[in-house]
Amino acid sequence: MSEQIVPGWELVVGLEVHVELATRTKLFSGSPNRFGDDANVHIDPVTLGLPGALPVLNEHAVELAMRVGLALNCRIEPCTFHRKNYFYPDMPKAYQISQYDQPLNLDGFLDLPDGTRIGVERAHLEEDTGKSTHVGGDGRIHGSEGSLIDFNRAGVPLVEIVSRPDIRTVDQAKDYVNELRAILVAIEASDAKMEEGSMRVDANVSVRRPGEPLGTRCEIKNVNSVRSLGRAIEYEARRQVDLLEAGDRIRQETRHWNESDGRTHTLRVKEDADDYRYFLEPDLVPLVPDREWIERVRSAMPVLPAARRAALGAFLGVPADSAAVWTVVDRGQDAYVLASVDAGGVGERVLVYVQQAFAEAGPNPAVPADGLARLTVMERSGELTATQAKDVLAAMLETASADPAAIARSKGYEAMDTSAIAVAVDEAIAGEPAAWGKYCAGEEKAAGALVGRVMKATKGQADGKVVTALLQERRTANG
Amino acid sequence: MSVHITRADVAKVAKLARLNMSEADLDRYTEQLAKMLDHFEDIDALDLSGVEPMSQPFPLVNVMRPDVEQPTLDRDEVLAMAPAAEQHRFRVPPILGIDL
Repeated sequence: MSEQIVPGWELVVGLEVHVELATRTKLFSGSPNRFGDDANVHIDPVTLGLPGALPVLNEHAVELAMRVGLALNCRIEPCTFHRKNYFYPDMPKAYQISQYDQPLNLDGFLDLPDGTRIGVERAHLEEDTGKSTHVGGDGRIHGSEGSLIDFNRAGVPLVEIVSRPDIRTVDQAKDYVNELRAILVAIEASDAKMEEGSMRVDANVSVRRPGEPLGTRCEIKNVNSVRSLGRAIEYEARRQVDLLEAGDRIRQETRHWNESDGRTHTLRVKEDADDYRYFLEPDLVPLVPDREWIERVRSAMPVLPAARRAALGAFLGVPADSAAVWTVVDRGQDAYVLASVDAGGVGERVLVYVQQAFAEAGPNPAVPADGLARLTVMERSGELTATQAKDVLAAMLETASADPAAIARSKGYEAMDTSAIAVAVDEAIAGEPAAWGKYCAGEEKAAGALVGRVMKATKGQADGKVVTALLQERRTANG
Repeated sequence: MSVHITRADVAKVAKLARLNMSEADLDRYTEQLAKMLDHFEDIDALDLSGVEPMSQPFPLVNVMRPDVEQPTLDRDEVLAMAPAAEQHRFRVPPILGIDL
C-alpha cells in the first residue's frame, strides 16, 4: 500500500476497538459469558433490567481490563461508572453502563512493528449489548418487520480501546489491529476474534493537506476483518478526497461498511441519538485500584508478543517481523522453538517445521523438542532428504515420538551413500542424453528431468542436494 | 423563569426520555427544575475549596464479586412474560419505525 492513497492528501485515522473480556461471567451479574450457546439462556434480573436488580462489578473483569491498560502502557486511575442512556431493544435497561470522564486506563501507547508509536487515549470498561436479528426486509434494519433479541451477550464485559488519531496509512491501521490482537490473546484478556465479534473495530477516518489542521472525520462501522478494515479506510479516504476536490464539505457522520459492494454508506442516525445524557451510575461505587493491586496484576503479566518476536528473531538470526516468527509467537510456540534449538536443533529448520507442521499443536506440541532437534540434524547431515524428513515428522506427530531415527528405519529411509547416488546419476545422464545436452549448454531447468530419473531409480531416497551437486560436478568435468 | 433552564431544554430532555408532556406539564416541570438548579447555584456560591468531590454518598470503593457463575432465569418463564417471542428470542417492533 502506498504511503499516500491520493497524492497531495494525508490520511488521518483513529481506531476504536471493542474487545470482549475472557471472564466466566458477565460484568455485573453471574450469568455465563459464553459465545455460541442457545439464545437467551444466559439471562438474569440484571441482564434483563428487571425492576430492583442491582449490578455488582466482576473483579476478574477489572483485572483483565487492568492487564489491557498495563500492556498498552496506560496509567491506571481511580474511576467511576456512568449510565449512557438510549432506547434500543438490545439494552433492556434503556442504558448501557460505561465509563465516561473517569476511565480506568488513560494515556498509553502501542508500538507498531515498524517502530511507529500510536497513542492510546483511554481503555475503559463497559458492558456489551444483546444481539438483534432483523426479520423481513433482507435482514437489514431498513424495511424490516421487526427484530428478534437474544440477551446472552448483553452485559458481557468489554474494554473499549480508543487510539489517538496517529495512524497515517492503511498498513499502520492493519498493523495496529494485528499487534493489539496479539497482545490481547497473549495476556489472556480476550480471544479477540473479529469473525466471532469478540473484537470489533470502528475507524475514524479523515483526510487533510499535509500540515493543515485535522479534517472532518467520519466513523466507519461494521468492519469484520483486518482486510476489510484496510479496504474500508481506503474507500472512505478516496470518497472524502473526491468530495473535497469537488469543492464540497465532509459531513460528520457514522457510515456503514458494506463488504459486498466495497463502499461505505451513511447510517441515518438522528442528531439527538448522540445525546446520551450520561450521568453517574448510582448503583455502583467508585473503583480505586491501589498501588499494591496494580503491582500484583503487573507482576502476573506475561512477556508481550513484540518482545518475544524480537527475542526469537535475534536468537535464530531471522527478522523479528517475518511471517514464520509472527506465526510461531502467535501460537505461543516460541518457547518450544527455543528449547528445540537449545537441544541442538538447526534453528532455521526448526522454525520452518513448527510453522508448517504444528498449526494445530498449540504451545506444547506432542513431539518432544529434542526429538524435533534430532530430526533437523538428520536432515542437515543428509541422512534424510527434505521429503523424507517431512514424512518422518508426520509420523512423530502421530505417535508423539522423540526418535526420528527409529521411524526413519521403520520406513526404510536409509541414507544412500554418495557412491550409490553417483551410480544413479550416471545412469540418468546416459538415459536422458537430450536433457543432459541442454543442461551442459547452461539450461538449468533441464536438470529437472535428470534429477527426476535419479529419484525414480532410488525410490526417492537420494538426497536432492547431493544429486544436484553431483550433476554440477559432472557438468564442470564435461565442460 | 430561571436563567439555567428553558422550556425548550425540558421539552428536549422529555423527548430523549420518551416522556409525553402536555404544554401544562412543560411549564410546571420547567419551573420545578429551575428551582432545583437555583439551589445548586446556592451551593456553588459557597467556598468548597477544601471539600473533596464526591461521586456518591456511600463511603465505599471497590465493591466487587468473584467471577463465579450463578443460576440463570428460566428462559421459557421469562419469554412467557414478554409481549411477543419467536425462536426463543424477544420479538420487538421495527426499530427505525419507532418515532424518536
